[in-house]
Amino acid sequence: MINMKDIMETITMIQDEHLDIRTITMGISLLDCCDSDIDRSCEKIYNKIYRLTKDLVKTGETIEKKYGIPIVNKRISVTPVAMLVAASGGDPVKYAKTLDRVARDVGVNFIGGYSALVHKGFSAGDRELIESIPRALAETDFVCSSVNIGSTKAGINMDAVKIMGEVVRETAELTRDRQCIGAAKLVVFCNAPEDNPFMAGAFHGVGEPDCVINVGVSGPGVVRSALAKMPKDASLAEIADKIKKTAFKITRMGQLVGSEASQMLGVPFGIIDLSLAPTPAVGDSVAHILEEIGLEQCGTHGTTAALAMLNDAVKKGGVMASSNVGGLSGAFIPVSEDAGMIDAALAGTLSLEKLEAMTAVCSVGLDMIVLPGDTPSTTISAIIADEAAIGMVNSKTTAVRVIPAIGYKEGDMLDFGGLLGSGPIMKINSKSSDIMINRGGRIPAPMQSLKN
Amino acid sequence: MRAVITVIGKDMVGILAKVSTACAEANANVAEVTQSVLDEYFAMIMLVNIDNLSCSLEELQRGIKESVPSMTVHVMHEDIFNSMHRI
Repeated sequence: MINMKDIMETITMIQDEHLDIRTITMGISLLDCCDSDIDRSCEKIYNKIYRLTKDLVKTGETIEKKYGIPIVNKRISVTPVAMLVAASGGDPVKYAKTLDRVARDVGVNFIGGYSALVHKGFSAGDRELIESIPRALAETDFVCSSVNIGSTKAGINMDAVKIMGEVVRETAELTRDRQCIGAAKLVVFCNAPEDNPFMAGAFHGVGEPDCVINVGVSGPGVVRSALAKMPKDASLAEIADKIKKTAFKITRMGQLVGSEASQMLGVPFGIIDLSLAPTPAVGDSVAHILEEIGLEQCGTHGTTAALAMLNDAVKKGGVMASSNVGGLSGAFIPVSEDAGMIDAALAGTLSLEKLEAMTAVCSVGLDMIVLPGDTPSTTISAIIADEAAIGMVNSKTTAVRVIPAIGYKEGDMLDFGGLLGSGPIMKINSKSSDIMINRGGRIPAPMQSLKN
Repeated sequence: MRAVITVIGKDMVGILAKVSTACAEANANVAEVTQSVLDEYFAMIMLVNIDNLSCSLEELQRGIKESVPSMTVHVMHEDIFNSMHRI
């Protein structure tokens, strides 16, 4: 018989430590929906997505009940829409509305892929799509958008960085009556992965199969409580070992759910993204793991080292547990979605600068950070450029998802509700970056040898 | 195929009987039972065969829950434990 201790451990993880499958995301290629007529193209998109995802939510719920494990989100990611705009022309917002409509009809939480990949330059459709992002996000509820502006092989497209600063600001402005929520659904990437199941940055890369199931597992609470049971004098090697073992167990569950979903839907299983994704719920915080490792509060000296170890150990444990690992895999540090990060930011322990350092060793980037409402667009661009530089040089994915709090003043909080949480406005450097950002052009790709 | 039923809560008379009845009504054959009472807390793990189950796992869980409303009841397919704890 299965060991009693093991059974109780699994149940405690789910019941008390918020272990869950964060998302089942179906990736769908829309390349065969291209048409020179935008309305025909939209119709084909609706039909294809509806046909493939009509059972997605039901399947997720069936698996939830069979194994007693919550599957929090069911989502869809699609081919970057800029490619369809290139073929059809017309107003890209039509595509956003089509995606929104199909997402509502099949009952998923989000649909990602209102995206453009412009790390080396703009091709047909890219500019039109990027310029339509603020409107698209203001006029839809479920659509998420992302733009890749840099990569290790191509360098950073600074023209795109400049535009994205303006787009982020405008998106927040158009949704100012809804806590600027538009900006929370927009991610600016460097080295964007093509198979990421997590929003808002999910899109279905062109190298992917026609349709695929990707699964994102989570469980910061499980890791924290495993560490809480360790003695205070346990060495960091022992801590890393514990994290590995815990990540292994969490990922095994993701593997089970992923293969089951893929079988039930008749769609190939892509990857597991083994990310520690926090939620605002108490006990589901990455910051609290770092504090459990031995920091008084997240953001103090030692945070980057602790996070580096956590991120690496999660990957090491997860890789063995799954047949295919991909996506962003590691530890997320979204400020507004993490109770410990919110506390640290409110106390002033966690600054934007420290977060930037942390992004050099964690899995993503500056995520869900609320900026003062009067932040100039060039400053947002400069924040994006800094973050992209970290990703480019270190051959890793970095992203920026910041929310300028239009109409709010310092000390205020934005409250998005749900998984997006709430965040205080963070202090930024008030000196200008105008001239650098206005130069435009491209930052050349970095050397991959002579590393020091 | 087998499912694992766990029942946890304050000890009282007839828990095992009520849970077993609910299983029998759903045509779930009990394969193994482990139970312990620590202080006044009752914990039971039951392994049942669900090949000939007459309802869904969810309904089985609801049935058990209704028979012992004060207890925490989980009904989960055994594969989740096998995949998590066995390599």
